[in-house]
Amino acid sequence: MSKQIGIEVSIACAEAAGLCDVDVIAAYPITPQTHIVEHLSEMVADGHLDAEFVPVESEHSAMSACIGSSACGARTFTSTCSQGYALMSELCYIAASLRLPIVMAVANRALSAPISIWNDHADLMYARDTGWIQIIAENGQEVVDLTIQAFRIAEDPNISFPVQVNLDGFTLSHMIEPLTLPDKAEVKKYLPPWKPQFKLDPSNPMTLGAVGMPDVYTEARKAQDEAFKNSLPYIEKAWDQFGKQFGRQYKPVETYKTEDAETIIVSMGSISETAMTAVDEMRAAGKKVGVARIRLFRPFPVEAFFTAVKGAKNLVVLDRANSFNGGNMSGAVALEIKSILYDRKHYPKVGNFLAGLGGRDVTVENFTEMVDKVAASKDAGVPVAYEFINVRE
Amino acid sequence: MAKETGFKSWKELNFGIAITTPGNAAELKTGDWRSMRPETNKEKCTKCAQCYIYCPDMVYSKDAEGYYIQNYYWCKGCGICAHECPVDAITMVEEVD
Repeated sequence: MSKQIGIEVSIACAEAAGLCDVDVIAAYPITPQTHIVEHLSEMVADGHLDAEFVPVESEHSAMSACIGSSACGARTFTSTCSQGYALMSELCYIAASLRLPIVMAVANRALSAPISIWNDHADLMYARDTGWIQIIAENGQEVVDLTIQAFRIAEDPNISFPVQVNLDGFTLSHMIEPLTLPDKAEVKKYLPPWKPQFKLDPSNPMTLGAVGMPDVYTEARKAQDEAFKNSLPYIEKAWDQFGKQFGRQYKPVETYKTEDAETIIVSMGSISETAMTAVDEMRAAGKKVGVARIRLFRPFPVEAFFTAVKGAKNLVVLDRANSFNGGNMSGAVALEIKSILYDRKHYPKVGNFLAGLGGRDVTVENFTEMVDKVAASKDAGVPVAYEFINVRE
Repeated sequence: MAKETGFKSWKELNFGIAITTPGNAAELKTGDWRSMRPETNKEKCTKCAQCYIYCPDMVYSKDAEGYYIQNYYWCKGCGICAHECPVDAITMVEEVD
């Protein structure tokens, strides 16, 4: 029987990967992901986990080794963040195009310069266009559940894409939280052995990752795009089955008090818990505010998101990384959302706030300030484009 | 179209762009962008096989009489055979059609 324990979220993430009976872990330590990799290394060294732990010399090698092992049909896990992600990114595109169901935990951290080991979503957004499925956890229990679900999602023959499980560095990765580690037999029931459609096998030779001339590249990309687009219902199915078996429900977009909300805060990750606290305080003060939390960022759950926010007059969109587009919108999340609204001829005021960069706290007061700003700008008829919140002038 | 060129629709591509048939590059028509075509004068040809040896695309094969003949499905018209032929039996002819 599974029971609730107090455990550091990174350790729990490693334990969750262990519960999934991974065959190969190839990873390089980088703050704040270190504890995940250290713990997996210990589990293998102590004989608690029957897997190959490959202590590679860089993140570039980590993903290379993961591609090799996954291509051979081995269940493969890795973890990284920030500069480490940047170094491995070249290989990440390849893993997705080859449809290899690698699972990677990313303990989200800012990108240099200045050097910052602290949390924001720069690495998450760096990975945005690689063709990986991107899921973002809000708390420790989600990290455990999403890690287990990630293998099921990645290995579903209707999906077969690598999955990135994002957890906020330090604010999640280093917290000790009360959470439930599922029973191994239950995980085994949820996650059947992976049956790869193709694998590298000397007795049945094949080529993976060959050159694609201009005659074939477009078709290859079209096939990948179609498969990626079609993965959404299967991701939801994997979540529904998890809910039935473990009693914890997961959806692409989670809402909190949005039903009658005039203003909806759109957020991702652990900061959403502060947003919900802020909503409770604002509700007590008579403001109709709610939170729509994006759990699945790629593939983007367009319909679920639109359904969640369509009743609101104002949207407060948080972006935890700057994408420097030089225009009137600087966050990737806001760009995404504005394009969805345009396509549906639905035009609430959208305020985009760059918040929580490089570990800067975002407080309940900050949320109130953002909500008031967008509401005020509507009254004055002036759209809020974007601004840095909680920045010293 | 697909049959002639070896190109497939995106729906027919293998999962993950895996290549499961060894040697299937032979199906791909590489001879469709040639501007010059090698032609062999059999009166000059000594059947020495230099064209066969030097061709980078395995275009040449031996016929019943022992001459080496081109398969234009693959020939890109690079002209190496004509350059290497010791008796100048091969000339590069402009593709007009």
